Amino acid sequence: MELLDIGILAAKIFIVLHVFLIGAAYVVLYERKLSAWVQKRVGPNRVGWRGSLQSFADVLKLVKKENIVPKAAHQGFHFLAPIITIAIAIALWCVIPFAGPFTVAGKVIDLTIAPGLDVGILLLLALSSLGVYGITIAGWSSNNKYSLLGGLRSAAQMISYELSMGLSLIGMMLVMGSLNVSEIVVQQSGYWFGFLPKWNVFVQPIGFLIFLVAAFAETNRAPFDLAEAEPELVGGFHTEYSGLRFGLFFLGEYGNVILMSALMATLFFGGYNAPWLQDLAFFQQNEVLRAVLQIGAFSFKTFMLVTVFIWVRWSIPRFRYDQLMNLGWRVMFPIALLNAVTTAVVLQAIRS
Amino acid sequence: MAIKSVQAKQVKQLNFWEKLYLPEIARGLTLTFKQVFTPKFTREYPEERFIPAGSYRGRPVLVEEENGERCVACGLCSRVCPAIAIEVQAGETTREKERYPSKFEINMLRCIYCGYCEEVCPEEAIVMSKDYELVFTNVEDAIFGKDRLLMPVSQLQDRLEFLRQYRG
Repeated sequence: MELLDIGILAAKIFIVLHVFLIGAAYVVLYERKLSAWVQKRVGPNRVGWRGSLQSFADVLKLVKKENIVPKAAHQGFHFLAPIITIAIAIALWCVIPFAGPFTVAGKVIDLTIAPGLDVGILLLLALSSLGVYGITIAGWSSNNKYSLLGGLRSAAQMISYELSMGLSLIGMMLVMGSLNVSEIVVQQSGYWFGFLPKWNVFVQPIGFLIFLVAAFAETNRAPFDLAEAEPELVGGFHTEYSGLRFGLFFLGEYGNVILMSALMATLFFGGYNAPWLQDLAFFQQNEVLRAVLQIGAFSFKTFMLVTVFIWVRWSIPRFRYDQLMNLGWRVMFPIALLNAVTTAVVLQAIRS
Repeated sequence: MAIKSVQAKQVKQLNFWEKLYLPEIARGLTLTFKQVFTPKFTREYPEERFIPAGSYRGRPVLVEEENGERCVACGLCSRVCPAIAIEVQAGETTREKERYPSKFEINMLRCIYCGYCEEVCPEEAIVMSKDYELVFTNVEDAIFGKDRLLMPVSQLQDRLEFLRQYRG
């Protein structure tokens, strides 16, 4: 690998990391604003212009706070748990393409950190299932019964919903015939009947719906936030965390929300494709501008899906534990399985 | 009498669409979405203050007229106060109204804003004001003497009018 390649890679990682961290901080603000609007309130509007600096004030508060570790906690794991959570939320960004490849001074730049990874979706599923460790270890190492209950609940929940999540993607993968995320996005760039974008959400609506619900469960967000369930479990797995370590969990939660939204945008909503717009001659000729447009389209789709996450959280009450398990195993799992089988049969029928 | 066991019944039978969850969830989401565009309920407090009606029981104050306070230091408010927040010491003058409070202190940490002092006062000398912004940084600050308790009668017209109506 040349030095220039390493430099470009480092720049890509640097930009993605910082955009992600600042984006997560701003999603916190956005969530507070949107929840306020839903509840006929105004929301934070004191720090900066209309509260635009509120997230920095929040982060500063968390950094300044004392980090308290309970005496009976397992010191090593207590330290490790928030790091696992945030590390996974960051690591998954490596397979997501932000824009199509473009050429600058004879050098092709691919706006993916790990371009052309043939096992992209497998990596996504594998890494996101590691997320359960962060929460379970946090609950266990705190040596607090509420934390432990929260950790166990979340372990059971995440493992149950991972099945449906994986199965919901199988139909999509069969249609696309590839596990390479970049290739999946490229395949979604055309049109049906000349106007409808070739997005997977139109081919696999049931798969998308199941993936969406499973994504809510995987990120431990309402209506599936049983892992924290304030009324029952104090704060669940992060009861015994304070200061910056709590901040890491907080950031991890919102980071996961952005990540899942970006994933859904990539896999089901055509990724960076900006339908109709990117076919204009102006964008076809100017590759760099087209990349900018595509980054904008990708960000917009992700933003809309983040909005859905927040909107659902402030509309729907939390599920009871048995209802959660019923939904996961008796409803979503069979539907996902049926969806995968039906897709396979239909595809075989079309091809033969 | 034998206790009958009662079979718990599901009160509402859900129909097919309700069992599907999704239409109902969509209904809930539209409801919350509509709220985003309704007028906000928040009062932007330091800029936009709450102005109470005459019936509001804020911090108790002593009514001040042109020639000093109305209070004659009878000590009834101090006796009736359930929180023992009021301390009165009487003094004498050569004026027509012979008695006046040489010391009148209300401990605002004890005061419970019940309004008994106002109700018991024969002279309508202590009334509840509209002042609700009470902030102190130490215990000494919370004991209000005559300097902070006296309020000109012109500022208390709403309350006095309310008391007149209320007492009939």
